[in-house]
Amino acid sequence: MELSLEKWSAAVSTVTIGATKEEGGTRLARLEVGGQKTLPYLFSEGQIPHKPQIAYEVWDIAPLDWPKELLKPYQDVIKDPLSWAQKCVTEYKAKSLCVRLMGAHPDFTDKQPQEEAKFIAGLLKNVSVPLIIIGCGDDAKDNLVLPACCEAARGERCLVGSAVQDNYKTLVAAALADGHNIIAESPIDINIAKQLNILISDMGLGLERIVINPTIGALGYGLEYAYSIMERARLAALAGDKMMASPFICFAGQESWRAKEAKASVLEFPGWGDEVQRGILWEAVTAVALVQAGADILVMRHPEAIKKINQYLDNLMRA
Amino acid sequence: MFIIGELINGMYKNIGRAIQEKDKAAIQKCALQQIQAGADALDVNCGPASRHPISDIQWLIEAIQEVTDKPLAIDSSKPVVIESGLKIVKNRAIINSTTADPEKLQVLVPLAKKYNAKLIGLTISSKGIPQNKDQRLELAAMIVATASDAGFPTEDLYLDPIVMPVNVAQAQMCEILEAIREFKIISDPAPKSIVGLSNVSQGTCVRSLVNRTFLTMAAAFGLDAAIFDPMDKELMDAAITSDLILNKQIYCDSYLDAYRKGKL
Repeated sequence: MELSLEKWSAAVSTVTIGATKEEGGTRLARLEVGGQKTLPYLFSEGQIPHKPQIAYEVWDIAPLDWPKELLKPYQDVIKDPLSWAQKCVTEYKAKSLCVRLMGAHPDFTDKQPQEEAKFIAGLLKNVSVPLIIIGCGDDAKDNLVLPACCEAARGERCLVGSAVQDNYKTLVAAALADGHNIIAESPIDINIAKQLNILISDMGLGLERIVINPTIGALGYGLEYAYSIMERARLAALAGDKMMASPFICFAGQESWRAKEAKASVLEFPGWGDEVQRGILWEAVTAVALVQAGADILVMRHPEAIKKINQYLDNLMRA
Repeated sequence: MFIIGELINGMYKNIGRAIQEKDKAAIQKCALQQIQAGADALDVNCGPASRHPISDIQWLIEAIQEVTDKPLAIDSSKPVVIESGLKIVKNRAIINSTTADPEKLQVLVPLAKKYNAKLIGLTISSKGIPQNKDQRLELAAMIVATASDAGFPTEDLYLDPIVMPVNVAQAQMCEILEAIREFKIISDPAPKSIVGLSNVSQGTCVRSLVNRTFLTMAAAFGLDAAIFDPMDKELMDAAITSDLILNKQIYCDSYLDAYRKGKL
């Protein structure tokens, strides 16, 4: 029987993260994501030019809510963000880092914009991989901190986030001024995802500089719904809807390690099995599903889970 | 819906004059305005008054191609004018159009094949305008069969059911809509459907309303493409919204802007 192949007229846009010396930055290499001309991994229907990228999640303070098993690999560096970042790059061979500036949150250490900007500048000196920079989630504070960090990283072509429907203008202006890409985040809502891309591009930031964070749920926590939203957006993109044609970033680590199944001890739930492996598997399985849904960047946490996904991606792309 | 802007036609005074005076800027302005309004392609017709249609069509196409690479529909009843245009079109063109008459099909189908162009087939013949759905389907089947025998891909064929003015042929409206739906079952892969919209409102006093109401209804019957004035904003909005209702576009609050912006 002959295989019925779909013909697509359009492609996902290609976003470049990180600028090398020749491009005015200081990164050793840059990453390209997106550019697909078909649904995930249907190699016979169209090109999939870039392998999904995994960014190691690093915080500017020691995380308070990370479970014991997740903290273990970072035990020696968790209190020093620069060493933590360094360890990801040198020991785990991270190709990019996602720095979450949680320390700026008024409920945590309330770090000030200049302090965070200095941290970003130091981080850029310490590591040479492309950076993703994420705010603390408090809109008012992020509007002060992120522009300062954008300026500190001027010309490095970072990916910064997150712009949301009610708070995007300050961040877009900062990204425009300092030459960064932006994460457009919508609450598992395809209509808002599209609207936000229009709003951002109306301010003059090109669609080739936007990455969509569709917001995902971990395995057991709405993963299927996230999958269906991503699939629908991708179908629209391939059929020519430019406003939907952005690569996806998925926070697989953050969502997985929130799941009770990932962090509960074996004493609490003896039937659930070994807690050392359980969390890692929860993150890995969530990430695999997101890869199949079309994720272009996965932000992950546990080195063992990341190792599994890297192997999986190598096999997938070899096909 | 695939929208072909109809305004570059020598029968309109401004275009007729621009052709006569070789006023390139006027043509280019008209082309860009239609694209900004959301047109996917542009119809190009020198009009009945052109004394040198073979060279005029080339001049028009060259002028337009300087400012856009959108597909062009080369519109003439004379195959020799169409071929003159096809020779210099850079992108994939649309031939507008052939009738169901064998002598027309025998010339235009090979021409479409030779230049890898799409082809609009009118369900009309020298015997006259079809009076009902069945006559339209009969002519459509003849066009599809001829094209397919010649090895022309059916999915590149756009069948036009011939839209009649509502104030002249009110009883035909349902027949036309049904024909649009049934064109799809003539063959697999199915041919596409297209209408020259403005005819439906010819002679009525509320042209824009009649146009957009018919277009919306035709969209529900599966219409793939239409030739009309994209500068009619309400008509264009209705076309875009039809796509939304048919789940061909993803809704967002600025979907009208998103559609137009996405076409640029």
